[in-house]
Amino acid sequence: MTFNEYFPSPSDDSSSEQPLDSGGTPPDERGLWRRIPMKAKIGGAIVLLYVLVALFAPVIATHDPIEIDPVTRLASPTAEHILGTDELGRDIFSRIVYATRVDLPLGFLGAFLPALLGVALGAMAGYFGGWVDSVIMRVSDVVQAFPAYILIIALVFALGQGASSIIFAFTILGWVAYARLVRSEVLRVRTLDYVHAARVAGLSRFRILRVHVFPNVISQALVYLPSDIVFATLALAAFSFLGLGIPPPTPEWGAMIAEGQPFIRTNWWFATVPGLVIVGLGLGMSLVGESAEEALER
Amino acid sequence: MTALLEVQGLTVNFRIGSAMAARLRGQPPPDLKAVDNVSFEVERSESVGIVGESGCGKSTIAKAIVGLVPISAGSIELDGIPLTEKRDQATTRRIQMVFQDPGSSLNPSLTVERTLAELLRVHKIVPKDQVPERCGELMDLVELPRSLLRAYPKSLSGGQRQRVAIARALALDPEILIADEAVAALDVSVQAPILNLFNSLRRDLGLTLLFISHDLAVVRHVCDRVVVVYLGTAMEDGPTEQIFNDPRHPYTRALMAAAPKFGVKKEPGKSALTGEPPSALDLPSGCRFRTRCPLAQDICAETEPDLVESETDAEHLVACHFGWTEAPA
Repeated sequence: MTFNEYFPSPSDDSSSEQPLDSGGTPPDERGLWRRIPMKAKIGGAIVLLYVLVALFAPVIATHDPIEIDPVTRLASPTAEHILGTDELGRDIFSRIVYATRVDLPLGFLGAFLPALLGVALGAMAGYFGGWVDSVIMRVSDVVQAFPAYILIIALVFALGQGASSIIFAFTILGWVAYARLVRSEVLRVRTLDYVHAARVAGLSRFRILRVHVFPNVISQALVYLPSDIVFATLALAAFSFLGLGIPPPTPEWGAMIAEGQPFIRTNWWFATVPGLVIVGLGLGMSLVGESAEEALER
Repeated sequence: MTALLEVQGLTVNFRIGSAMAARLRGQPPPDLKAVDNVSFEVERSESVGIVGESGCGKSTIAKAIVGLVPISAGSIELDGIPLTEKRDQATTRRIQMVFQDPGSSLNPSLTVERTLAELLRVHKIVPKDQVPERCGELMDLVELPRSLLRAYPKSLSGGQRQRVAIARALALDPEILIADEAVAALDVSVQAPILNLFNSLRRDLGLTLLFISHDLAVVRHVCDRVVVVYLGTAMEDGPTEQIFNDPRHPYTRALMAAAPKFGVKKEPGKSALTGEPPSALDLPSGCRFRTRCPLAQDICAETEPDLVESETDAEHLVACHFGWTEAPA
């Protein structure tokens, strides 16, 4: 048995290698806009629209959102009030516009803070292992053992009504999903050869975690984030609907649905339009999240 | 002349199961001896192959040498300086490794250039302004076009990735390059040029090569000397040609008989190696190969043979009771 029985003579290897071993070309940087799928563009446009509405609320709104006008209560849509007025004569359109300034930041924060906490704890649990892992994961088990909404209601009840209590409650609950996601990814990545290679090359633990582990585990969490923003926005609306969220008179979509509910037969737009506004944001975020996920799979 | 790398009685244990549970049962903690008392030397600019079946501890030897797994007993000395798991940057640089799987050996979120440049910067191999130029030189060294510096691993082929992995190892200017099954995952047609690359690097850079493989043909093409490993321990150690032409250990002979030969039809039922190797958790008494050995006698079950050199050739060592004598019929 000799080597040459397997391979042609070593001298002519350069010619035999070329056709098989020269597949990759550097990625093309042009046409980036064209390569973004339509889904992502639509989703991004919807989310951008909400952000712009929130930023320019005073310009867009036609009335003061909390100004009470007892004379024109429960008005139908007119040129003056394009979506009519509520029980206290406040302009519904202006309230929906201003509510964007409440719901959007709270929805983002309600997803970002848990994500931040969860990614950090999950990465630590996965990378350090041992008792750090045990403690973090047992705490997450405890949090998961409670029904989510019951725990949020209990926390908001204990801390008092308001935006900060809700965000706090979301964070206490929401980090678990991120921590589990990131931990399992870290456990996968840390056994891969490029992490071994980084260790063999004498790079510091911190550098390995930052350059070689973190960028390769974060993608799953980023994909999850948009759908979590949808969840946080919906949950915020749900709590306000139940009277546990943002206290009146601050305009908030969920609370507006609750206010409009008794008048659904006569003034159907009162509860319906804020609902559609929430659906729109959810749709936009879902489209963004979905295209991010598909982009990762490619 | 002292050897560049000297491995003495290297033993690596892996703890399996709970030590606490074993102590409660009054047994010693359950350890798996992945590497058991292995000794060999590597001279400067020499190329040594470590061969054996999968699971025999070849990779663990490599990982112990680069400090990825802790040593349980024995020593690894580089130029007479003992190496442990913790080592300083200057020592780290001297031994680098190329890994087996081209699919996972490169960080998917870094371009080739960033992969190489990170090491050059962290170890301050060249002044900052010369880093891009050095990256290009490394690409020349592994015979890849410089245009691939901007590519991400996902757009490279298996052979190209393995060349980048070699370039990454060479970035630190190592004296010893360990290749752990570096071509095993590649197509045969891509293997040959990579092996030739190893040969030319050794010739041009004076690299010392430790080549770990299960493939005898590959080892024969690259190595001056071969260490045959079975169940974590060395069975035979000698110059490549001598081992291939006159294997003294029945295991070495069996390995060679088991390798497929081009154009030679194997007679069915005449396979020299039958069955799986015994579990490393429950080694046979005496010689660990005796359960599969065609020459096994009573003495093989009683005493474990030492690695002894031939009377005529101090370079060739065999761990078999009948290595240098004929077995009784």
